[in-house]
Amino acid sequence: MFDLPPTKTLTALTLAFGLMASASAAAELVVGMQQEPTSLDPTADATASIDSMMTQNVFESLTTVAENGEVQPNLATRWEVSEDGLTYTFHLAEGVTFHDGSALDAEDVVYSFDRAMAEDSVNPSKDIFEPIESVKAVDPQTVEITLKGKDAFFLFNMGQGDSAIVASETAEGNNANPIGSGPFKFDSWTRGDRLTLVKNPDHRDAADVALDKVVFRFISDPAAATAAMMAEELDAFPGFPAPELLPQFEADPRFRVNVGSTEGEVILAMNNAKAPFDNVEVRRAVATAIDRDEIIEGAMYGQAVPIGSFYPPHGTAYVDLTGAYAHDSEKAKTMFEEAGVAGETMTLRVPPFPYATRSAEIIQNQLSEAGIDAKVENVEWGFWIDEVYKKKNYDMTIIAHTSPNDMGNFARGPDYFYGYDNAEMTALWEKIQTEVDPEARNELLKQGQQMLSDQAVHGFLFQLPLLGVFRQEVEGYWASSPVLYMPLKGVSIAN
Amino acid sequence: MRRLPANFLLGAVLVSIVVGIAALSLIWTPHDPQTMSISTKFAPPSATHWLGTDQLGRDVVAQLMAAARNSMTVALVAVLLGGSIGVALGLLASALGGWVEDGVMRLADLGFAFPALLFAIMLAAVFGPSLTNAVLAISFINIPIFARVTRASANQIWTRDYVAAARAAGRGRFAISRDHILPNIAAAIIVQATIEFAVAILAEAALSYLGLGAQPPASSWGRMLSEAQTLMYLAPQLAIYPGLCIVTAVLGFGLLGDGLRDITDPRLVRAR
Repeated sequence: MFDLPPTKTLTALTLAFGLMASASAAAELVVGMQQEPTSLDPTADATASIDSMMTQNVFESLTTVAENGEVQPNLATRWEVSEDGLTYTFHLAEGVTFHDGSALDAEDVVYSFDRAMAEDSVNPSKDIFEPIESVKAVDPQTVEITLKGKDAFFLFNMGQGDSAIVASETAEGNNANPIGSGPFKFDSWTRGDRLTLVKNPDHRDAADVALDKVVFRFISDPAAATAAMMAEELDAFPGFPAPELLPQFEADPRFRVNVGSTEGEVILAMNNAKAPFDNVEVRRAVATAIDRDEIIEGAMYGQAVPIGSFYPPHGTAYVDLTGAYAHDSEKAKTMFEEAGVAGETMTLRVPPFPYATRSAEIIQNQLSEAGIDAKVENVEWGFWIDEVYKKKNYDMTIIAHTSPNDMGNFARGPDYFYGYDNAEMTALWEKIQTEVDPEARNELLKQGQQMLSDQAVHGFLFQLPLLGVFRQEVEGYWASSPVLYMPLKGVSIAN
Repeated sequence: MRRLPANFLLGAVLVSIVVGIAALSLIWTPHDPQTMSISTKFAPPSATHWLGTDQLGRDVVAQLMAAARNSMTVALVAVLLGGSIGVALGLLASALGGWVEDGVMRLADLGFAFPALLFAIMLAAVFGPSLTNAVLAISFINIPIFARVTRASANQIWTRDYVAAARAAGRGRFAISRDHILPNIAAAIIVQATIEFAVAILAEAALSYLGLGAQPPASSWGRMLSEAQTLMYLAPQLAIYPGLCIVTAVLGFGLLGDGLRDITDPRLVRAR
């Protein structure tokens, strides 16, 4: 204990005396992250790692979602729904404060929603606010939200990072200095290296939070991630990027390996607004040219489930459409020839994630067998967000869509980077959203899957697995993730 | 005949092997270097796959051969391109002297100060990463090197009596540069080119390793290394093979360059 720097010793002492609890030192968890975001505001940027670090840890929403997908109370301790299902009255928890000390009340909730719903809002999931008619503060502890029509996903969506409650005074600074109300406070961010959170002692559930400090370390390279894990520099790597190395960790008694599911559909996205992908026959030819089994074996070392449309295989409305375009290079070649694009060159812009770069090489090979020359460009994440996602400047790309209930992406019209504009799909999604009967909704979701598969909007590849490597001592991590976040509230380190 | 120095012989042997393999890959490789067979990934060495297969079931020998060709092509183009511009600038500086010479040499200093890798990253940022941009970047760093060597050697030749005679006979500066200067400094340039060849091979490998050079599916030693890096725990041989190839090629051209200098440099011959 003597080699600790003075400040650290002091903190440990303060804690020991302050809490009069066990004599153990501050519990610190070091977590490996593959993707470093460029902003820390989940209400302003689509990067998934923002949610995995910030949502429900630093920022809180009205509701939250449990590991099994069930909606639970959060900032709103309870709520009532009117007879017609259009008005929700949320009762906020008493005495909640933001990390800067200011109180969180109904006005902040109204502000957060106004900000997300505004014309110039940069919220990455603006569509989830679409059904909302108005948000009103009834009194400081009560908020009333009125919907335009019934919304089956409303309470679920209220538990996402996109609908985090932020304070008007600090909202603008949240991209670099996030201030929320969650069980952990943002401490520091050293770009390219690490991000540190510390426990928020004023949180209403502080007694249940076992960790005093959480350090996220950004390690994008799988080999470096493995080395850091092996050296026990990291306690956990919940989104481990190298499936081929899992057997090695499984064989090591120091570690525990978890293979769970996520909401992430990995797709070979095609720019539907741009020739030649505006032609459904070309997209079908691409779907016929790709061989999912080979991609899963080669890129994911067998650790993934194939998908034939845009819906996770563990979902209740799942239909297996993986057989819709059976892999057949010769047939694909003929299809490309008939569509008049045989021998063309297309670019495949790939973000820097192992699942994407590895799949790209295999897909390139499969396309070349079908007579298409795909040029692979490995690009940086910032470049991808800017050029592909925002400016829609691409032919094809490979990306995982990790948001839950995200079939609505296909109803976002030509402004979304898919460039897919289909009134039928938009109408269907509207119906799905407003259908509150689970059985009927599942039927509609099945129709949606069929429609997307029929039109071969993208090449649907596989469901992104949640591969986690943990030190045996780390407990309480989710095995599967129905949402983008990974709450640290229940995580602890056994001694 | 004088005994050839050992470094020259060893270098010549290594270079012959590498160039021979690269040339052979034009007409024959044991398998197609691009053909994947994911069911037989990480196969151990066997009669069909002499060095086994990689993470996507591609034949390692075929890839190494194709990569050798890629490496030789890049180095050749980069040295020829950078070298010809550099030599031309050097001759020009030496022939004209005065402010032209000063200007060219200051530009060369500027070029020296600019790291090649940074230049390649800049090119990649503007035009996207590609092998062409990598070749351009490597060519660019060669220009000042050749300009300096050429000017220094040429300045010596300009003081010779036969050059003075040619000038007295009324020949122009450019004609003299071409007919008298260039042939007499050719040895120095060839030595430099051989050494720069080794540097270019290393630079191509580094750029491809960083994803700024050869793009998939083109085979490149650097790219093979970077792919193998993530598999170090699983299949370390995949990193060792391209590593050995880079070492062999760089060492070969380096030794050959040294050897050539030992043979051609009159000062060194006299000192022996």
